[in-house]
Amino acid sequence: MRFGVVVFPGSNCDHDAWYAVKHNLGHPVDFIWHDSDKLGNVDAVILPGGFSYGDYLRCGAIAKFSPVMSAVRKFAAEGGLVAGFCNGFQILTESHLLPGALIRNRDLKFICKPVELITATSDSPFTSTLRKGQTITVPIAHGEGCYVADPETIERLEKEDRVAFRYVANPNGAMHGIAGILNEGRNVLGMMPHPERASDPLMGSTDGLAIFQSMVSAFAIK
Amino acid sequence: MPITPEQLAVHRLTRDEYDLIVKILKRDPNITELGIFSVMWSEHCSYKSSKRHLRKLPTESKHVLVGPGENAGIIDIGDGWAIAFKIESHNHPSFIEPFQGAATGVGGILRDIFTMGARPIAVMDAIRFGPPDDPANGARNRRILEGVVSGIAHYGNCFGVPTVGGECVFDPSYSGNPLVNVFALGVFKHDEVFYGRATGIGNPVIYVGAKTGRDGIHGASMASAEFDEESDAKRPNVQVGDPFMEKLLLEACLEAMKTGAIVGIQDMGAAGLTCSTCEMGSRAGTGIEFDLMHVPQRETGMTPYEIMLSESQERMLLVAEKGRENEVFAVFKKWGLDAVTIGEVTGDGILRVKDHGAIVAEIPNRELADEAPIYDRPHNASPYRPYPVEGPESIASGDLTADLYKLMSSPDLCSKRWVWEQYDYMVRTNTVLGPGGDAAIVRIKETGHSVAMVLDGNGRYCVLDPFEGAKLMVAECCRNLSTVGATPVAATNNLNFGNPERPEIMRQLVLGIEGLGEACRFFETPITGGNVSLYNETLGEPIHPTPVLGIVGLMETAAPVSPTFKTAGREVILLGGLRLEGCDKSRFGGSQYANTVLGKQWGLPPKLDMDYEKRVHTAIREIVTNGLAESAHDLSDGGLAVAIAECSFGANGIGARIAIGSDMEPVMLLYHEAPSRVLISTANADAVKAIAAKHGVEAPSIGQTIADTIELSTGGQVRVRTESRALRDAWENALPALMKTR
Repeated sequence: MRFGVVVFPGSNCDHDAWYAVKHNLGHPVDFIWHDSDKLGNVDAVILPGGFSYGDYLRCGAIAKFSPVMSAVRKFAAEGGLVAGFCNGFQILTESHLLPGALIRNRDLKFICKPVELITATSDSPFTSTLRKGQTITVPIAHGEGCYVADPETIERLEKEDRVAFRYVANPNGAMHGIAGILNEGRNVLGMMPHPERASDPLMGSTDGLAIFQSMVSAFAIK
Repeated sequence: MPITPEQLAVHRLTRDEYDLIVKILKRDPNITELGIFSVMWSEHCSYKSSKRHLRKLPTESKHVLVGPGENAGIIDIGDGWAIAFKIESHNHPSFIEPFQGAATGVGGILRDIFTMGARPIAVMDAIRFGPPDDPANGARNRRILEGVVSGIAHYGNCFGVPTVGGECVFDPSYSGNPLVNVFALGVFKHDEVFYGRATGIGNPVIYVGAKTGRDGIHGASMASAEFDEESDAKRPNVQVGDPFMEKLLLEACLEAMKTGAIVGIQDMGAAGLTCSTCEMGSRAGTGIEFDLMHVPQRETGMTPYEIMLSESQERMLLVAEKGRENEVFAVFKKWGLDAVTIGEVTGDGILRVKDHGAIVAEIPNRELADEAPIYDRPHNASPYRPYPVEGPESIASGDLTADLYKLMSSPDLCSKRWVWEQYDYMVRTNTVLGPGGDAAIVRIKETGHSVAMVLDGNGRYCVLDPFEGAKLMVAECCRNLSTVGATPVAATNNLNFGNPERPEIMRQLVLGIEGLGEACRFFETPITGGNVSLYNETLGEPIHPTPVLGIVGLMETAAPVSPTFKTAGREVILLGGLRLEGCDKSRFGGSQYANTVLGKQWGLPPKLDMDYEKRVHTAIREIVTNGLAESAHDLSDGGLAVAIAECSFGANGIGARIAIGSDMEPVMLLYHEAPSRVLISTANADAVKAIAAKHGVEAPSIGQTIADTIELSTGGQVRVRTESRALRDAWENALPALMKTR
């Protein structure tokens, strides 16, 4: 299975995602330049963390106009696996591939720390190797990670089992403690925590690797 | 039009300096030339007060590839790889505008690193403020702290470099003059090193990055003056940073360097276009001729004076091989950045600045960049020392447990989590040991090695004795590195002092440099570069003399040993021993206990035996690298009691029962700050003691780790007893609670 990591101007977790897939997961991975309207020969797309376009205007608001995002939209519509971590999640909501928005943390400060997440569903190509209710430790690093949406959207997310991860101790004020969500087709995941930072034993946790491994097994079944 | 005495005063040039300018030019300078000289000959750029003393510092070893004089020092780390690192201050801008001052401090030092071809992989910050709980100035001190921390976070987080460590210290002497010292470290291969040299006559000189505006004009001169009531008016002198632009500049510069078309490159930092052009020319022995009309500008109607002195951020100057400009332009276009040829390298050694063809400045590069007057400022006075020799009659305490609570929740010793959780300390997934450890460890993915690094300064010791204080600082840095298993190899220094024109301040500087030199020579950590920040005074009140040192160490990549106790029932060993000899009341006056609990400072800093210290380093490195220590933490501020508390702050709540069999005054036993000591918990006490004995180092067992409790006894009596989690809460909650006060 071949992964692709999109590089926007200002992406800064692109190499980390690349390294986790290549060396910790052991799968081939390419970088995809934001200016490209093709994804190449990849089987899954990662939108990495960072500050695309400096997070100017709003996080992810400018990145959604990149040529590569048209290709990502098409890929997702055809059922391709798309995972956005941190800034990648913000780009997915701005692009309307996922509902809701990410606003400034409750305390108005950037927070970097490992947090505990509860796996809210194992029924997705990103969480199938985890048990529902299983706790994993994955770092967050964001200033604007407070997930919000209108009440109908939140209710739908809950009813359709589309909350992927919830914080054990809510660090940023996110509604329903939401750390990550799925789209209707369950093939697009957005999450604020950084699984690529929890994929190497030297970094203190390898819990994040389960998300990549789930993607690999989903692809193998397909 | 002749230059008036008023203009000279505004430019902070003396009459003698002016006469020297006239001698160099063989005519009177025009106002643009006067501005150019004033920034290049400012204290900040020329080191005119410190240069003759800086020569006393060691700068060479088998690891040093490039020493002082370039944008950053370079150290060989084996396997064909090297690191570049340096520290720089942004004290004055951070006082005037804390957020942007600190942010652009980070931006500046990052450019110093990647201008050499290295990719920045770590940042650390040593920051100092007035006490956040000060009755008179607390609100202002907190506002500056808040601004500085968010400025550092804003820039480093967006740029994508982890802020892995540093220190955050409080003292009233920094109330009117906070210190913001930023360290950055980058990694590259030996054959990827670039220098700031304008070689090759006829080669194009290319300007890349952000456009030039009116921001930061005279920043370097501002950093060379004391503050007074009118300092607020200097706010326009502070630059504004754009970390996104810097990230693009980084990627574009590293990619452009790979084309092979670049022959020299330098960032535009202090003194902007002036400094980069004349220094690149001076180093190569060439001249540079360029026309200001080609310089990208974001404001209209800028004068040559303003363009030459602007300190707009995120700009670089590079010299390309003639005929290959387009390869360079293509890379910058890809990243959406300006890149324009503004002039060329000449053979006459002259910096010739034109404006639409008319010459507006013509100055010999070498004299401008390297021949600023050097002063032997008088220092035949005793160092400034606002503290007595004698301490209080008695230091005995009624309640040593309450004292420990007071210390652990004091601004200096409390948890700095509020600070470092605002920094992304993990990006790039190399942070093996981040903030909160004795030293930070960053792995180099491409090799099996890691780089450990630490920043330390100790104004409280240096104000009592600048020479001994500086030596203690070097010892502590090397001890920090050794405690995580690294071998110290090289250093960078940031010398923060008051007004060098006062002999008692100059004496502090001279003694500090001499102490630093002696210890760096002894511990084999040559100084490869750094920064001097003088005139840190407000209304005549100087800061504590505060040299800050960054030392890097090398080690094999491995799972780290952290400070906290892991298992109950382990033996606790005090490697180095109690160190009671030479430990008396006169050497207690610089301790955290004296400062925080007694509210007094006096006497001398602790006594250092460098030879013994070095043996402790060798021993702890051997113990840690052989996996014999379950936890290891060096003793520093607050001595033994504070170290035991810190080791008990793991999530598991494991504390220790410690018994010291000595009749000495309990306060002294528990809180004295003698160096050369490391606290270890181990399941292999015999092996630990055997290694200690081999190196001639004491290693007494002083107790066991136990669940949930910290209990300290001396002379057969329990002196301190508390639940470890309750003390940890006091330690963790102190700073957040303070920062919430309005």
